Amino acid sequence: MKKTRVATVWLDGCSGCHMSFLDMDERILEIAPKIELVYSPLVDNKEFPEDVDVTIVEGAVSSEEDLHKIQKIRARTKILVALGDCAVTSNVPGMRNPFDTQAVLARAYLENAQENQHVPTDVIPPLLKRVRPINEVVKVDVFVPGCPPSADAIFFVVSELLEGRLPDLSERVKFG
Amino acid sequence: MSTPSRVITLTLDDREVGAHTDQTILEVARENGIVIPTLCHLEGLLPIGACRICLVEVVGSNKLLPACATKVTDGMRVITQSERLTRYRRRVVEFLFASGNHICAVCVSNHHCELQDMAVYTGMSHLTEPYRYPKLRVDASHERFVQDDNRCILCQRCVRVCAEIEGAHTWDVMGRGIEARVITDLNQPWGESDTCTSCSKCVQVCPTGALSIKGMAAAEMKKRKHFLAQYWTLKEEES
Repeated sequence: MKKTRVATVWLDGCSGCHMSFLDMDERILEIAPKIELVYSPLVDNKEFPEDVDVTIVEGAVSSEEDLHKIQKIRARTKILVALGDCAVTSNVPGMRNPFDTQAVLARAYLENAQENQHVPTDVIPPLLKRVRPINEVVKVDVFVPGCPPSADAIFFVVSELLEGRLPDLSERVKFG
Repeated sequence: MSTPSRVITLTLDDREVGAHTDQTILEVARENGIVIPTLCHLEGLLPIGACRICLVEVVGSNKLLPACATKVTDGMRVITQSERLTRYRRRVVEFLFASGNHICAVCVSNHHCELQDMAVYTGMSHLTEPYRYPKLRVDASHERFVQDDNRCILCQRCVRVCAEIEGAHTWDVMGRGIEARVITDLNQPWGESDTCTSCSKCVQVCPTGALSIKGMAAAEMKKRKHFLAQYWTLKEEES
């Protein structure tokens, strides 16, 4: 049987959704033989591959790098899953949205910095004016809200997708 | 003088039920075990039909009507559940989420929030409209309470409980449409209000984390609304 090519991505989030994924404990052994993990924070692969069946995205779109990544990911993915409140609502990263990016950078790098006060201009990707949930930027096929979504919900979603079905989460919606 | 209440019959989702003309569609539905979701409505306060979650279809009416604020009439045919209503109700919840800054994960009312419950009830997994991210005020000037406009859905329960039950009328609404906000006195800081009795009724009836007890961490704020029923029971016994 051909393995499903799965990727997981970490944009602007805390990695708690990835932790919750791992929280499915031994059930991960049920899933492992059915998938080929082609890209993930857990995999040492620098370039997002072509022809990915399922990509699970944690985090909101906050920087130009995130935007560039998610567009490339969308183009190379059949089914895109927005995992967790940051990906679905922008959540905590989006709390900066009522403020100007300059004000946000000044708060972080000048006002609250004890030493070496300056706003970095290279290495750190420029912030977007507004943090966006993924579906405001590219089409999302499956939404799994929650902060984080429970391991049960993630297991259900992955199992359904591996069976070739789009999971119906209407009974399991949970924010926060 | 209002006309005396009469006994009538009407149809709720193909069920014929008896009712009094002074009852609302919502009251009759609840008496008959039919669930109509509500958000701004709270038993014991006057209904105002602010949130539109309880919209129902009434045969012969070309618009949807709020069940909490619509009186029943003889022969009325009401539909409380339909695909159209589900769609509208979910849309209402979406707009409430989009118009404020509802960050469940860091909210004092996380897991004890009526707005959050309504998202679950209507199956809202995400928004189909962009978020507004308005810049809104947090007023922590009161000694014991906090008002966070980011989490306010303008249900006006605070306004009503303060005016109708406490009799202080500290709260009211300022501005119109999307700019509307609940304010204390003449838009003075809550802590400087001359009329507020610090009774906390507004905090207890608030469906979200917009009004909370100071010092609560995320998910710690549980509201206690039972005092309303007790109040009305006592009132009834008195009269």
